[in-house]
Amino acid sequence: MKALRNILDKIKPDFEKGGKFEKFHSTFDAFETFLFVSNHVTKKGAHIKDVIDLKRTMSVVVLAVMPALLFGMWNVGYQHNLSIGNLENTLFSNFFYGLLKVLPIIIVSYVVGLGIEFIFAQARGHEVNEGYLVSGMLIPLIVPIDTPLWMIALAVAFAVIIGKEVFGGTGMNIWNPALIARAFLFFAYPSDMSGDKIWVEGLSNLDKIADGFSGATPLAVMAAEGGNTVTNFSQGIGNWSVMDFLIGNYPGSIGETSFIAIMIGAVILLATRIASWKIMFSVFAGGFGMGLLFNLLAPETNIYMQMPAYYHLIIGGFAFGAVFMATDPVSAAQTSNGKYIYGFLIGVIAVLIRVINPAYPEGMMLSILLMNTFTPLIDFYVVQGNIKKRLKRAKVTA
Amino acid sequence: MGKTIKISKGLDIKLKGTANEELVNAEFSKTYAIKPTDFEGLTPKILIKPGAEVKSGTILFFDKYNPKIQFSSPVSGKITSIDRGELRKVLQITIEADNETKYEEFKKFDLKSLKREEVIEQLLNSGTWPFIRQRPYAIIANPETTPKSIFISGFDNAPLAPNYDFIIKNDLKNFQNGITVLSKLTDGKIYLNINNQTESTYSSITGVEKNIFIGKHPSSTIGTQINHISPINKGEFVWYVNPQDVIIVGKLFSEGKFDASKIIAITGSQIEKPKYLKTVIGAELKSLLNSNNVKSNSRYISGNVLTGTKINKTSHIGFYHSQITIIPEGNYYEFIGWAMPRLNKYSASKTFFSWLTPNKEYILDTNTNGGQRAFVMSEEYNKVVPINILPVELLKACIAEDIDKMEQLGIYEVAEEDLALCEFICTSKIDVQEIIRKGINLMIKELG
Repeated sequence: MKALRNILDKIKPDFEKGGKFEKFHSTFDAFETFLFVSNHVTKKGAHIKDVIDLKRTMSVVVLAVMPALLFGMWNVGYQHNLSIGNLENTLFSNFFYGLLKVLPIIIVSYVVGLGIEFIFAQARGHEVNEGYLVSGMLIPLIVPIDTPLWMIALAVAFAVIIGKEVFGGTGMNIWNPALIARAFLFFAYPSDMSGDKIWVEGLSNLDKIADGFSGATPLAVMAAEGGNTVTNFSQGIGNWSVMDFLIGNYPGSIGETSFIAIMIGAVILLATRIASWKIMFSVFAGGFGMGLLFNLLAPETNIYMQMPAYYHLIIGGFAFGAVFMATDPVSAAQTSNGKYIYGFLIGVIAVLIRVINPAYPEGMMLSILLMNTFTPLIDFYVVQGNIKKRLKRAKVTA
Repeated sequence: MGKTIKISKGLDIKLKGTANEELVNAEFSKTYAIKPTDFEGLTPKILIKPGAEVKSGTILFFDKYNPKIQFSSPVSGKITSIDRGELRKVLQITIEADNETKYEEFKKFDLKSLKREEVIEQLLNSGTWPFIRQRPYAIIANPETTPKSIFISGFDNAPLAPNYDFIIKNDLKNFQNGITVLSKLTDGKIYLNINNQTESTYSSITGVEKNIFIGKHPSSTIGTQINHISPINKGEFVWYVNPQDVIIVGKLFSEGKFDASKIIAITGSQIEKPKYLKTVIGAELKSLLNSNNVKSNSRYISGNVLTGTKINKTSHIGFYHSQITIIPEGNYYEFIGWAMPRLNKYSASKTFFSWLTPNKEYILDTNTNGGQRAFVMSEEYNKVVPINILPVELLKACIAEDIDKMEQLGIYEVAEEDLALCEFICTSKIDVQEIIRKGINLMIKELG
């Protein structure tokens, strides 16, 4: 490593002020601090510092996403083979097929996103923030596999510039950048983002679909005709059983389908205390509670409202949103009590949109973005509570 | 008898190099220094010139904006230099010490019949008033005000902090005298806050309400203790004094002299034999280190690792400090350190493995371990702040210079030391103490 350090030390002056590559200072700094924790020492205040930094934090989140990503890659291959009626494939061939399809999306996401981050960091004279390491990994996991790469590039650019940098960068943004990218795709290219054909690789261009394969997601099945095709929920929905929902071998966005893989990520995030258990728990509680309420109120004719409440938590993007999106510390509520309210309402609204609004089969994205918008309001009232306590104390003693 | 207060939030950072309970006399210190920079917000007006002969207790300078507050020499000798920095700001006044200390003569009192005016006058005249500080703001107390109570934190659980049980038991008589003197200053109570370890030490002390604090750091900081016993509201003042300074005050009134002797713990992983030394305020660091090997590439800190002041090997001890800490500098590169297990490093978070070995003592250095970022991890600070405030919201109000919000969110209840742990655990490496101090100074400037 000494040799590498020597090279860096040798070229470093070129990137300092007055050097010939001065314009790439932030970029150089980003790579240098990525390779080596810098030799900076404390100057004021506390003389020692915890070894945790944003790089560590973000890399733990990226690690937590890995099970969902790896499963998603396998599922892309599996669903594709299922759609063409090719049932003679191995775990590895499915995975390899998916890997080749998903990797370009990840690369486009990182190259475009980090490129923009580097430019903004340089213009501001800041260090490059690590926030995009996570967003760049989350975006590929929440898009349909057949999304064209240019669309992803555009969505990433929109998310990073409008969703994040205009507010001042990581830590300042109002909405979750990854969901901004998803929402951009959803509203800018609705025809490419909905329907039954987009969730399985190559399905839209396929001449002959295997018998009995539709490509629709379970939520789309439920939304179509209010779920009238379902007769007995204990047998699952369509061709899928509850076990399929837990494992995740059904069509959907790349990383959102496997409840088990997402829960492995949740365990990592909670064990390291990176994500707030308050948010995660209350999102699930809100979704479950709303599901139960629908069960109670459901008229005989409305099959969707009769769907068991726990189905909502394990189908579609609910779990992924609860674990990786709602818990984004920047766009979520900042205060302790605020987190319960914020999380609970996300769960409630997500299920509400799913069941009541026929235009959107999935409600998680909109629900989180909506609650992101309301976090300043929630926090305002929680902070006022703290202020009032102090005022009351002053009056009592006065 | 007071209450037992359990503090559940906080963090004890276990470092290598706790002082052994062995007390020796420090070597003769050739020079002593008083640094106006030790006193927050002070603009000094110098009264003496280089070459002047002074005694212990001779006034050296006073506060330009509150001329009653004066500062005196801790030893007798000759003024050798007055060092100035940018804009002629006075950095330190150096005194070449006599072999035998001569003392200014102050009045001896029968402590029982002492009056409040007499106490204030003698403390001001002898330059010992600066030992009394006030909350809000953590600055030297204003003699024009009357505090609702006086707080003494009888223990310290900051990293490697000295054991006051070991220090105070050497002069309990003057500690009691000091308490008696201070009790004249307030109509309210004197709170002596102790922990389990120091309970027996202070058992003979009377005229105070003793409260036992159980829990991790910052349970020994004044802000935490005030908040749990008698929180400060707008317009109220609480005064506080360090335990060793209570002894100095006690001697001043019973013996009629300013005896600035103090016991200093010399601690840290870079020193061969951490121990306690008897010395005098403002002594040279050198006089404490001879006969003790210090490793090279060291950071010298007057005070503890969280709140102390960086000094160099030839500097002098800070006015309020009872501890010197010497730790390694962290000026080295670490290959992809952020991704490594780093088993020999300490983190309060669960992203490293140090939580598996809670009793291990660590050698921590001064590396910042990452660059500064915006606030990202919410509620991170709450686990180390046992005061009912919202730390991040308060810090943001300070950054925004929003005085109303700062007041509403409890700026009167905190100072740097109460929030120093936030700075240690911060993922975004934010300068918490600096932000709070700027906020406090803004309050002083705007509201007086």
